Amino acid sequence: MDSFLLRAENIGLQINQRQVLDNINLSIKPGEILTLVGPNGSGKTSLVRVLLGLIKADYGKLQRKPGLVIGYVPQKMHIDMALPISVLRFLQMGIKANIDETSYMATTLGVVELLDQPLQSVSGGEFQRILLTRALLRKPDLLVLDEPAQGVDINGQQQLYQLISGIRDEFGCGVLMVSHDLHLVMEATDQVLCLNTHICCSGHPEAVSQHPEYLKLFGASLDGMAVYTHNHNHSHDLSGGVVDHQHHEGCNHDH
Amino acid sequence: MIIDDFILRALLAGLLVVLVSGPLGCVVVWRRMAYFGDALAHSALLGTSLSIMFDINPLLGVILTGMVLSYLLIRLQIRKDLSSDAILGILSHGALAAGLVMLAIMQSQGRRVDLMAYLFGDLLSVSWNYLIWLSAVCLLVLGIISWLWQSILAVAVHEELARSEGVAVDRVRLIFMLLMAVVVAVAMKIVGIILITALLIVPAASARRFVKSPESMAIMAVIFGLFSVLGGVFASMQWDTPAGPSIVLVSVILFFVSRFKGSV
Repeated sequence: MDSFLLRAENIGLQINQRQVLDNINLSIKPGEILTLVGPNGSGKTSLVRVLLGLIKADYGKLQRKPGLVIGYVPQKMHIDMALPISVLRFLQMGIKANIDETSYMATTLGVVELLDQPLQSVSGGEFQRILLTRALLRKPDLLVLDEPAQGVDINGQQQLYQLISGIRDEFGCGVLMVSHDLHLVMEATDQVLCLNTHICCSGHPEAVSQHPEYLKLFGASLDGMAVYTHNHNHSHDLSGGVVDHQHHEGCNHDH
Repeated sequence: MIIDDFILRALLAGLLVVLVSGPLGCVVVWRRMAYFGDALAHSALLGTSLSIMFDINPLLGVILTGMVLSYLLIRLQIRKDLSSDAILGILSHGALAAGLVMLAIMQSQGRRVDLMAYLFGDLLSVSWNYLIWLSAVCLLVLGIISWLWQSILAVAVHEELARSEGVAVDRVRLIFMLLMAVVVAVAMKIVGIILITALLIVPAASARRFVKSPESMAIMAVIFGLFSVLGGVFASMQWDTPAGPSIVLVSVILFFVSRFKGSV
């Protein structure tokens, strides 16, 4: 049997008599980036919460590598203004704090100037990187990111995904992330699961992006498959400039 | 000026209580649990009357009633079709009504019950015996708070993050509720049922502006609490005002000063 960090078999979940997850099978290996995509209400966040152990599945089997350390970056997080806490303190909560290690990691993720700031004063993008820093300081075997690009502008998103795949290369941890936008994460992911209560399709990102089930789910909401095939072609031609992608999308759409 | 024995006991009791209500009150402010504090306070009246009825230590009776209230709250929150706000309102006023009815029954049976003392506190009648009890309880609570502080803080910052990192969130929440029940029971003697929540949240709120870390806020809240007790007891001696409300009034004045004085 091959090694895995986390394995789910036949997971099912109901919330208020509504089937939210059905027959989910997945496994994450060390050093692998697995991306969950799916429309709103498809159960992405619920699946992440089940995998993290925050809620219990109604049926199915969840296995974790013994002693698995998870670094979790939640989707959005509100810290009450009444709680005085600096970025540094937040980073070091609950771990044996080592200032050298903390500032090294904070430097790597570009948040080192923020360490003395109140946590509530940082911007959305900065907060995402702080959460990432905090997760990495725990030396996780598995990094779980729920919509990491939320509240980050489109240039920042590209950088963020590059950063995440860089982290995987440097630390060798597995990564599970949720994204609403496959074409943005395409280059940074090894495996894609397209979710809509059940797993519609899965596999290599480029294969998934052309899978009929995937197109059925996303095609309508994003003005047809042309956007996707087009974008897909361009992500091979262009290395940077996501804004350019969008411009081309527009052109393509007019054809 | 010679400080009378009863004034000294009142001061000591007040200081002991703010030692625990300071840090606990900060967490109440961070986690927005003020309404829960109110509900506990209301249940304290029921606890007291039950203690009289069954002839047990009132402190114990109030703590037990608070525990039952916390348990009911947790059970009722499992179904998500009512907000905790509504559930708390029902428990809070249900307990208050039950307490008032029980007290009336006690009185009709010819027991002498001083309702005003429960509602507004009875700081000046604190006995040495009560003080010994109080110090034991407060030190125990303070010990548990310090022991669990990191976990309490993690839960206050973000419950799910804490849970994903292996903090026993449910246990921490439960213990925190029990600690609050204990503090409400001991604070009842100081400021009375109606004003207990104020003793928790006002010093913590006053402290907020001057601090940059959770721990310094807890310490600063204790300091604000100490000055409130000193000021309140002094005012009570000077102008013969009721001690509990005077303490709360001083803390509220300090709060306004902390908010408005010289915006740095």
